[in-house]
Formats: sequence, structure tokens, C-alpha cells
Amino acid sequence: MFRNIALTAASALALSASVALAAGEAPHIEDVAFAHEGPFGTFDQMQLQRGLQVYTEVCSACHGLRYVPIRTLSDEGGPMLPEDQVRAYAAAFPVNDEDSNRQLYDVAAGAFRPLTPTDNFPAHNLAGAPDLSMMAKARAGFSGPYGTGMNQLFKGMGGAEYIHALLVGYEEPPACAADFESDGYYNTVFTKGAIPDTCKDEAGHSTIPGSWIAMGPPLSDDVVTYADGTPATVDQLSMDVSSFLMWAAEPKLVARKEAGFKAVLFLIVLASLLYLTNKRLWAGVKGKKHA
Amino acid sequence: MAGIPHDHYEPKTGGEKWLYSRLPIVGLAYDTIMAPTPKNLNWMWIWGIVLTFCLAMQIITGIVLVMHYTPHVDQAFASVEHIMRNVNGGYMLRYLHANGASLFFVAVYLHIFRGLYYGSYKAPREVTWIIGMLIYLAMMATAFMGYVLPWGQMSFWGATVITGLFGAIPGVGAPIQTWLLGGPAVDNATLNRFFSLHYLLPFVIAGLVAVHIWAFHTTGNNNPTGVEVRRGSKAEADRDTLPFWPYFVIKDLFALAVILTIFFAVVGFMPNYLGHPDNYIEANPLSTPKHIVPEWYFLPFYAILRAFTDDVWVVILANWLSFGIIDAKFFGVLAMFGAIAVMALAPWLDTSSVRSGRYRPMFKWWFALLVVTFIVLMWAGAMPAEEPYATISLIASAYWFAYFLIILPLLGVIEKPLPQPTTIEDDFNAHYSASTGGTKTVAAE
Repeated sequence: MFRNIALTAASALALSASVALAAGEAPHIEDVAFAHEGPFGTFDQMQLQRGLQVYTEVCSACHGLRYVPIRTLSDEGGPMLPEDQVRAYAAAFPVNDEDSNRQLYDVAAGAFRPLTPTDNFPAHNLAGAPDLSMMAKARAGFSGPYGTGMNQLFKGMGGAEYIHALLVGYEEPPACAADFESDGYYNTVFTKGAIPDTCKDEAGHSTIPGSWIAMGPPLSDDVVTYADGTPATVDQLSMDVSSFLMWAAEPKLVARKEAGFKAVLFLIVLASLLYLTNKRLWAGVKGKKHA
Repeated sequence: MAGIPHDHYEPKTGGEKWLYSRLPIVGLAYDTIMAPTPKNLNWMWIWGIVLTFCLAMQIITGIVLVMHYTPHVDQAFASVEHIMRNVNGGYMLRYLHANGASLFFVAVYLHIFRGLYYGSYKAPREVTWIIGMLIYLAMMATAFMGYVLPWGQMSFWGATVITGLFGAIPGVGAPIQTWLLGGPAVDNATLNRFFSLHYLLPFVIAGLVAVHIWAFHTTGNNNPTGVEVRRGSKAEADRDTLPFWPYFVIKDLFALAVILTIFFAVVGFMPNYLGHPDNYIEANPLSTPKHIVPEWYFLPFYAILRAFTDDVWVVILANWLSFGIIDAKFFGVLAMFGAIAVMALAPWLDTSSVRSGRYRPMFKWWFALLVVTFIVLMWAGAMPAEEPYATISLIASAYWFAYFLIILPLLGVIEKPLPQPTTIEDDFNAHYSASTGGTKTVAAE
């Protein structure tokens, strides 16, 4: 009796644990088979380097990456740029938002000093352009199947997918918004923006996917030129930068999975040995078990 | 120590005798580790070890995290990222600590429900039960304040909502809330005192745990039959019990290893599964998240808090009887704390003379419904405060109180219990037959 209750309870606990994630109005997020997903997934080093290029040439004009130390670009499990390249990259990185990076101001020289690998990426506090350091972890990921969120184990958190879906989610405004005057752009994935009343039902619920976002479509085909010759389509660019931002949010992902794998393996062996020890120990007391 | 007759530590060498006559600490350790334990304990009696492990793990990882954390509103969020990125193994420490809180609560809920099913709260174990409830309350306070420390959006708004509960107390609520927060709103003073208390309370819990263990070592463990160990003589007691070491230590360690396998799989492969994405956004007092959701382990009581809206008849009645002093918000707060209070009063509310649910045919089903209710409340607590979740929460909350206040007292009168085994030995032998026929116990070393 108790065993059944306990098992039911345990599975139901897992179920209810992550309904929190499912509770919001989650837009449909297209799954992308990123290399970093699943218990054995690791980042695609070349993809991270391409994503870094997209961030540097496009995103960084408005978005900061303030929590990410530049030196980690050469870390194991990340983009693994050679250290001299990282030094050159840091020195060439512009400080676009001077007010948010006063610590980089060199009073004696009367100018902003060049960045070094030990600096973090500069902050950028442009209104409506949030810092991207943890963006891939700060957006609701997948919640399936049945609201358990367990598919995170294999598909990743879904934050990178959210960024990808947002970047390719720009569309012509729907017919109900024909008269809507907005400085923003209609995006089918972004749900936090303005929605015209003409696109809401009587209860005030939106009848269209997404809302209006302040950021214009940032990517277009060939907006950057990849050194490795990968065709720079919008889809490719957005996947690359999403993967890069996942790394930026969780730079120790590969090390963590390795540690987890070792721990699980060790514990399975330990549990097996303890099982045998326990069985042997109790054999004299228990004898044979009746049905 | 009173209780079940068993061998005691005898100092043999000169050095042992010297220490023993001055501080019998070795004897205390010996009596604790060799405590006679009912030999029929099942797998629901392993959570104590898991909980002890969790407490130790949380304290150790916590002490190291504190070495790198900065409790200041301008730097707390950044210092957590510093731990994640720059501190050696910092990401692992933090994920162990964050997920360790969840393991702690999984274990404590299973531990509590085990006690509720097998009647572990009944005489003479009421004090153990009450201390357990105090530990549980301290755990909730510790976990809540710990969740505020990373200073993410959910940290901030969770703190705002929960401390707001105290503001619902009529008359003195507002000053109490200000006093708790150290100011008019959640701010640096709040973060600092939460940090201080988050570091202090685990040691209070450790002290309570020692008393908890002391109490049930005095009464002896309960067991699945609820039948007491015979205490007439040591020979009699030996037929019902086995020493804790090695039998239960090895059994519990095996269970712990299995549970940790799952735990490390979560930490290694999906460490943010039980967290909220919004907590990776730095706290912003000017931007309220759409849904403020507490951690999963608070959800059942959060659901009870929200269930009593001002259109529920008990709330209307309470409001009328108290001349408007008790409003819906205050009623919800009372209900939430009351839900834990009735659980603490279970030893006096349960009138049945039979301890274990195993021999209580009607109780079993009401208990199963209580477990279902708990899970439904947890689910409803995660849902937005609208229909149909509000009604579901209300029904489930009503059952929670009915179970303790009506069903437990009533069942003892109307239920006809099944026959119980006379001794633990009888129950054990009904399940197992000693094939060796020789010595029953392995020499304890």
C-alpha cells in the first residue's frame, strides 16, 4: 500500500514540480537539434566561433554581455580561440555604451582603455536591449511532455531555441493590426510586447501569436561573412548565435556533464556494492523471503 | 539512556577508562551507533539518513559558497555569476546547493508522510514529532531566505510576496513587515538579514536534529507494525531488534547511494530543471513578473494561502464574527500556518489506539486521499489564481483540514482495526524464515 502511494507521489511530484514553467502563455518554440543537448552533448566549437562573430558584428551594437569574461573564449569546452587571438579580439572590441563602463575609463590618458582578456565583455544598457549573458537560461524552456519538463534532459533547456525562434519569428503584422501604429516590429514568438486591442477577444486575451518588439529584425542573409565558408542564411546565423549565447550563459556545461557522468557512474558502482553487502549482511537474519 | 535494554560501552584500557570517567563521549557514540532498532523497518525508514546527508551537504557547500558570495543588492547577482564562471568548481557547488534544497524537501515530505501513515507521531513519540515539525518550519524559513540570496527576479518578488503575508496581520501587520524587511520594501537591509539568518538557521536545525534523534532513541524507533519492541529483558529485546550498526547503516547507505545517483544525474544533466528561468534575470523592483511562483516545495501551502478568497463562506463568516478584522488575506495566512499546525497536532487529534496504518482498513483510504490532496495542492499552487484552479485549491485545502480535524478523531471511534501481530518478531518471521537456524546476528564490529 505505502509503496504504491510513495511511487505515485514521487512521479506526481516530478509532474507538478515544473508546471510552473508551463503556466505562462508559452509560444510554440521550434526545437533545434543543437550539439550541446542531451547528457553527452558538447558545444560545436566552430558554431560557437561563428556565433561569436554574429554577436560581435551584429548584437553587440546594442546588447551587452557583462557577466562573461573575455578570457573564457579560450576555455576548454567553449569556442576555444587561441589566446593571442583572444587578446587581439579584446583590444579591438569597442565600448559602445560609455556610461555603463566607467571602470574602463583611463583618467590619466583621458580615454577609454582598450579591453584585455581579463575584462568582461562591456555592459550595454540601451533601453529595451537586455544584457544577453544569461538570456539562454532566462527564457522559459521546453515544458513537455505533459508539463513535466523532463524532455530538458534530451533537448536542453529550450532557451537557445527561444532565441533562435525569436530571431526568425518576424512576420508581416496580421490583418487585425492593420491600423496599429507602433515603433515596434511584429514577432510571433515575443509575448511581452504591446498588442493592439483589435487583436484581442472580449476577455482581453490575444488572438494572435506573439506581439510587437522594439528590436527590428537584426539578421539578414549574409549580414556577416563566415570565415569557414558556411552559408550565412538568417536561419544559420540565428542558430549559431543562439548556440553561442547558450555557451555564454552556461560556459561550464561540458565540464558539468562530465562531472555528472562520472558521479553517476561512481554511484552506480557504489550502490551495487552496497546492495550486495546489504544482502549478504541480512542473509543470516532474513533467510528466505516468503511470498 | 532509558529505553530498550541493550549492551553498553565498557571502557577496557587505562586510557579509555581515564577518558570515560571524565567525558563519556565514546560511550555516547557507541550507544547511538549501536542503538537497538526494530528489525522489520522497511524502505520508508531510510529518509532520516538522506535528510542528515542533505543537511551536511547544504552546510558544507554553503560555507564554501559564502566565501565567494557578496550580500549586497548591487553585487549579489554578479557574485553568483562570479561563482558560476570564475570559482574553481563553483558551478558544481552552486548547483549542488540549489538542487540539494530540493532533495532535502523530497526527503522531508516522504519522511513526514511515512510518519503520518505508520502513526509515528503517536504516544510516546509526540515530542519527536513536534521537534520534527519545528525542523520542518526552520527548513522552510532557511530555504525561502536562501532563494532570495541570488537576487534574481523570483528572489526579489518571492520575498516581496511572502513578507507581505505578515503585513496582512490586522493592526500590527504593517510595522511587523517593516521590521522584518528592515525598511519599507525589500532592499539591501532585507538581503543582509536574510543572508545572516540563512547562515544561522542550519545550525539551529542541526541542534534540533540532535534532539530529534535523542528523543526517538529514548522511545525507540516506530516500525511498520506500530507494535512496540519488548523491553522485559535484553534477550527479549534482542529478538525484536538488531543493532543500528551494521544492519541499518549499510541498508541506509545503499538507499542513499541509489537516491544520490538520481540526484547527481539531475545536477549533472538538468541542474536548472527545478529552478525558475526568471531568476537568471537580476532583481528589478520596477518590473513585476507575470506569475510569481514559489519554489515547488512551497506550492501546497501557497495553494492553501490563495484558496480562501473573500467569496468563500468560511471567510465571510470569520469576517462577520471578527467584526471585519479577519479579511480574506489574513484568513489565507492563518490557513497556511494552520495547515502546518494541524499536522503538528496529529498526536492529539488521532484517537485510534492502533498505531500503524497497515492495520487500519478505513484509515488507509483517507490517508491515500491526503497524499493525493497534497499533490493536487502542489499542482494548483503552480497554476495562475483563476478558475478552475481556485475551486480545486479550495476543495483540496478543505480536505487537508478535514483529515486532521474531523477524520482522524472520528476514525478512532468508528473504525474496526485489523488484528496486529503480537510482536515484531512474529511479523518479521511471517515475512522471512531464518535459513541458517544458527546465530541470528553477525558480530558487530
